[in-house]
Amino acid sequence: MNAATMNLAASTMPARPASRGVSNALFGRPRTLLWMLLLPPLAWFLLFYLGPLLALLGQSVLTFDDFSMTVSNELTLANFKALVSDPSNLDIVARTFTMALAVSAACALLGYPIAYYMARYADARMKGLLYVAVMLPMWASYIVKAYAWTVILAKEGLVAWLVSTLGLLPLGDALLALPYVGGNTWSTSHFGRFLVFNYMWLPFMILPIQASIERIAPNLLLASADLGASPAQTFRTVVLPLSVPGIAAGSIFTFCLTFGDFIIPTLVGPSGDFLGTAVYKYQGAIGNMPMAAALTLVPIVVVGAWLWLAKRLGAFDAL
Amino acid sequence: MRSDRNAPRAPLALKLVVAGGLLFMHFPIAVIALYAFNVEENAFTFPIKGFTLKWFARVFERGDVMESVLLSLQVALLAALIAIVLGTLAALAIYRRQFPGREGINLLFNLPIALPGIITGIALLSSLRLMHLEPSTITIVIGHATFCVVMVYNNVIARLRRMPHSLVEASMDLGADGLQTFRHVILPGMATAVLAGGILAFALSFDEIIVTTFTAGAQRTLPIWLLNQLAKPREMPITNVVALLVTVVTTIPIIAAYRLIAGTEGVEGASK
Repeated sequence: MNAATMNLAASTMPARPASRGVSNALFGRPRTLLWMLLLPPLAWFLLFYLGPLLALLGQSVLTFDDFSMTVSNELTLANFKALVSDPSNLDIVARTFTMALAVSAACALLGYPIAYYMARYADARMKGLLYVAVMLPMWASYIVKAYAWTVILAKEGLVAWLVSTLGLLPLGDALLALPYVGGNTWSTSHFGRFLVFNYMWLPFMILPIQASIERIAPNLLLASADLGASPAQTFRTVVLPLSVPGIAAGSIFTFCLTFGDFIIPTLVGPSGDFLGTAVYKYQGAIGNMPMAAALTLVPIVVVGAWLWLAKRLGAFDAL
Repeated sequence: MRSDRNAPRAPLALKLVVAGGLLFMHFPIAVIALYAFNVEENAFTFPIKGFTLKWFARVFERGDVMESVLLSLQVALLAALIAIVLGTLAALAIYRRQFPGREGINLLFNLPIALPGIITGIALLSSLRLMHLEPSTITIVIGHATFCVVMVYNNVIARLRRMPHSLVEASMDLGADGLQTFRHVILPGMATAVLAGGILAFALSFDEIIVTTFTAGAQRTLPIWLLNQLAKPREMPITNVVALLVTVVTTIPIIAAYRLIAGTEGVEGASK
């Protein structure tokens, strides 16, 4: 028996002196091995990511001449001054921030019941099905999904048809007339844009919440019930607080993705820039790279702060 | 979770919300599928007046569509391959070792998906300009590979963490050297995770639009083609067909990747 296993081991793992020499040399020097593994990815990231990123931020202190439309190497803080004092820039930041918050809240509200059902009620087969059902729209092409909504919200499109067929025209018109919510048509309303953002990021909220609810030990729920809590009380005082890390993890996606997006604000919703569209315009149409660079600092700072907050809420243990 | 069998059944209201949510998540894709067969040339009017298959045939006659498809496939394949190599190396380096700067490096690999794509795109573009390089297929691949690394990295690192270290110790005890242990124990253990990460990277790249907008120059990947169609439509119904085809083509690898990851979970759970 022993001989047989040894033979097997010998036949599948032939001793090769050359490789042994190399591997002994490497395993004797874990530091060398570590750097050999780490060097290619690290070099790639320094060259194609971190380097360009720092170079971009460096450009934010250069001067852009409005008349000649050129960038000169004169150092200035004017871009940052414009960022914090120009009302139109502040408007853009406020508009993007509010939308990102609203979308995160709505995704959490709609996503929680779905995640809860998946984690607590679905049997193994159902859970697998639901998992795929949530994953597929998440992975379906972003631009196709955005495009689908422009079709749905189009004039005389599906939403307009639905509203009039169900006899909801007065309600629809009232919604469209609301300030900060409505707009001229469904496809140019704040509501339409909000809807599309929600649709896009909802799966990113469901999956982390589902994972965090699943991780709650069943005997905690039994203990809560034994101590006389009603199901509603158990939910409020045990399940909900313990799933906060999942909500925080989901909000990283919903918030950050909304904050940096510039395709949806271009395709759906009223005029008025988002951070992404503003950055895009500054660098493209105007060629003012310094101002574009200064503006990119806003998502870096805000997203960084959001990540820090989410980390404090335990989001990274829930991912 | 088996004990859930005795748990109370889900309340009706919860079931309705779940059904509604799932409907919401799937109906835009269904709408696209519906409109791909729309007989009308220039309208999104609902209800649809009639159905036809002629737009499907037209897609294959359109050279610009086919060019975009080929470019997207080429880019996604290259980006996924680079991501597989870099992501796997990074995961192997990071997963068991403690060294100064480890957390920072881990953050660095995750940064391209944490920060908005517009920042990655604009940073790359401005650096290319500083170096007087023209956007091309290579620059698209570079941009894509950078944010694709994280898909492989996170998948492989998760798998390596779940792999019991006792297997490695056993292999060494039986006289295998480091390379042999890697080839016969670690590599087979992580292979499906590498493959799944690669497939996800492929799908991510195939679909990416924001970074591509900046690094593509005059090149048109399929998502850029679709975006251009939205601004300047030429044969609008073609867009619906292309959109439907893209959805179908990306769905298959995703299910494959999901199976690769899910299929091994039980085995590893049991070995713990």
